[in-house]
Amino acid sequence: MHEMGIANSVLDAIRVETRRFPNGHIYKVGVRIGELAGVDPEAMSFCFEALVRGTELEPLALEIEYCPRRYQCRACGQSYAAAREDSACPECGMTESQFSGGDELELAYLEVENGACGAGT
Amino acid sequence: MERVALERKVLSENDRIAANLRARFAEHNILALNLISSPGSGKTSLLERTLESFDRRERVAVLTGDIQTENDAKRLARFGFPVKQITTGGTCHLDARMIERALLDWRLEDIDLLLIENVGNLVCPSSYDLGEAAKLVVLSVTEGEDKPLKYPSIFFKSELLILNKIDLLPYVPFDIATAEENSRRVHFNMAIVRVSCQTRQGITEWLSWLDRKRESSRAAASAS
Repeated sequence: MHEMGIANSVLDAIRVETRRFPNGHIYKVGVRIGELAGVDPEAMSFCFEALVRGTELEPLALEIEYCPRRYQCRACGQSYAAAREDSACPECGMTESQFSGGDELELAYLEVENGACGAGT
Repeated sequence: MERVALERKVLSENDRIAANLRARFAEHNILALNLISSPGSGKTSLLERTLESFDRRERVAVLTGDIQTENDAKRLARFGFPVKQITTGGTCHLDARMIERALLDWRLEDIDLLLIENVGNLVCPSSYDLGEAAKLVVLSVTEGEDKPLKYPSIFFKSELLILNKIDLLPYVPFDIATAEENSRRVHFNMAIVRVSCQTRQGITEWLSWLDRKRESSRAAASAS
């Protein structure tokens, strides 16, 4: 259960970002979580809500984009998302595919109200 | 309202410290390995078998993480190499800052091999880069063969699978071939060694893997 620390890292990043939008309010943050990131989306949402409650960041929603493991087949070149635990290519059955994604833990975007009035304008 | 793209890692602060550690390890030609497993799979026992096999002149150091107690550091200190306990006080994994802090009073120029024993946990440690050259996962035969499928992240990210407690195979319903097959379903070219820290069966194979890793790390360092 390290989702609390990870949710906290997201909020740290948001507190830094709020300085870019002195006249705006960040009301949503998009986070990309890969299947191999070792982070449970449900636990993450729970921790996020608990940490935001009662702070200056309210209202702030979390939107999670969950990304499956992705591979590219070395034999036929097919790109595909892995079906459950199996990483074999669905096209030709080859098992030695190149890993191409699914371990991300990234801040993808923010949605800001009155963001255009922020710094630099 | 406006959508602003960010596109950066959530754990960028940890990754920044880990990158800094990795650079320092490279500068001092240190091979750092991060050992991960469930609680009780035998990470500390494997380190005991490893340290006892080393000549006293080996420049090896150990960091061992636990939520509480100095027990593991005490077990490992009797081999005469520098050992430090990191007690996380509740945190279920080691992070790069803990490693950075633990190394503060060690001279990196005196270390060739740094063995890091993570907190027993198959989930969270896989998210935190410690600046290591490789992660190693230990799975014991008293756990399920399907662990690699249930916890694909750590099996995918580990270079070597150490199947421990093979002396217990006659007593437990653990199909070792299925466990290995499952590991290779999530990580097709994963290296695997089978060991028993009790009978010492397979320890030679583990030590040879370690030797080869140290050799290739030295070769890479002298080439750069």
